[in-house]
Amino acid sequence: MTLAEILGSLFPDGHSVTVEDGLVRGTGPFAGGQATVVGIDGDTPLGVDGALTLSRAVLDAVRAGDKAPILVAVDSDSQRMSRRDELLGLNECLAHLAKALLLADLSGHPTVGLIYGHSAAGAFIATALATRVLAALPGANPSVMDLPSVARVTKLPLDRLEEMAKSTPVFAPGLDNMVATGAVHVVLDPDRPLDGQIRDLVAGIQPGDLRDRLGAERGGRPVARDVARAVVDQARLD
Amino acid sequence: MAVDRAASTDPDALSWYEATARQRVVALADPGSVREFLPPTERRMSPHLPLFDLPRAFDDGIVVARATLDGDPVLIAAQEGRFMGGAFGEVHGAKLVGLLRAALDLKPRAVLILFDTGGVRLQEANAGETAIAETMRAIIEVRAAGIPVIGLIGGRAGCYGGGGLIAGTCSRLAVSEGGRISVSGPEVIETNKGAEEFDSRDRALVWRTMGGKHRRLTGGADAFCADTVAAFRRAALDLIGRAPAFDLATLEAEQARLQDRIARFGDCRDATEIWSRLGVNDPEAVPAMDTDAFDQIVTRIREADHDAR
Repeated sequence: MTLAEILGSLFPDGHSVTVEDGLVRGTGPFAGGQATVVGIDGDTPLGVDGALTLSRAVLDAVRAGDKAPILVAVDSDSQRMSRRDELLGLNECLAHLAKALLLADLSGHPTVGLIYGHSAAGAFIATALATRVLAALPGANPSVMDLPSVARVTKLPLDRLEEMAKSTPVFAPGLDNMVATGAVHVVLDPDRPLDGQIRDLVAGIQPGDLRDRLGAERGGRPVARDVARAVVDQARLD
Repeated sequence: MAVDRAASTDPDALSWYEATARQRVVALADPGSVREFLPPTERRMSPHLPLFDLPRAFDDGIVVARATLDGDPVLIAAQEGRFMGGAFGEVHGAKLVGLLRAALDLKPRAVLILFDTGGVRLQEANAGETAIAETMRAIIEVRAAGIPVIGLIGGRAGCYGGGGLIAGTCSRLAVSEGGRISVSGPEVIETNKGAEEFDSRDRALVWRTMGGKHRRLTGGADAFCADTVAAFRRAALDLIGRAPAFDLATLEAEQARLQDRIARFGDCRDATEIWSRLGVNDPEAVPAMDTDAFDQIVTRIREADHDAR
């Protein structure tokens, strides 16, 4: 689905969401209030400027104090890779955007990510992965790094990596693998209206971080939940 | 010799850069106070590295422990930059997430994270990336509970990739000359954008752009330390005592601080131009300055100290 199709399905009565330089911002009527939409469209990389534009919109929503949902729609590249961005503190700007979304969550705003295209690395962590519930549309392609780059770094032949990727979700790019690790909670049905599906997700939000439990249940992260739990248990003794 | 210094357990003599993760934890904390969780004897190793024919570590490259610091209970995580570049794999990340969740239970005086990481471990990329997201959420919950989370950065692997984002969620950061904080590493930028954008072999450029001094001068870090465990310990104690709250006011202040930085320095090509605009008289001299001389400079830079993180 394109962003326009997604917004049409989310807000059948219209909305004020616009895209400028690949940055998505606006609001739309949702469940009796006004949902805030932020995001990245068109496989756009996220740099210092874009991160602060989006964090401004998120903080404005928090300041409004209405606890309305915040939707984070993502079809991005990775973080913008440049000397200027690093010079200006890209790590602070991306972390600031993630913190704004986490503050919104703590302040009672349901935060829902919606990945409908690509996303990778720092841009993915600062946006979709900082939401309470991350949904995806079929065809989405989240990744950490593409397989040819993984081949370069790991010094393994690409054909062998492609073979390994079929049976091992832990390192290979793609939506199915991110679902298996628990990072993506649910894949939506594009043939049904999205507003109802997102409303159900918001209604079903549970406390705590469910991602390592989902990763264990789905087999994509076989040991993370048990390891984290073992640390908590050992810390409780004595 | 560096090796002799690393072998020492005297915090005044022990080089942070040269020390192992476990040496840093033991020398940083009060003597005899460290109790490690999931220690190497339990052999919680990566289930994925054998697929890549890679050796495993009994602790998956991270130490998580409780200890005391000046008598106060703290939780400490320390990444081992010598194993897989300190990168986040499934077990490595889960140990850090577990420690932060334990903090909500135990309510220590602070959580200390001793970063030494290249970011996500590519052989376990999806697990590592998800663990980084879990870590950031857990840090925010710990901070919101009133517990400072302090990052200490001075290891050989620096603090790159998702590690840089995690650092940005901490309450306070201390960094040494050897500490580098960045999202994209020099090689990553060069590979993707070419040597004209970033020549990764130009080490002076790397230090100027991502190094501890640049981060300290621009307010990306809150303390600058000499490369000893004792210096990091003093910085940690100081920073614990003045950690900002995590709330809307702090994030509004950070928004203004970062916007102001981009407005003032967004057209600078090199860190020395930024330092000059900040009011540093002789920016070319900064890289060679010792800690005392550099601290003198920092006290005159308004942007270096703030509660906006």
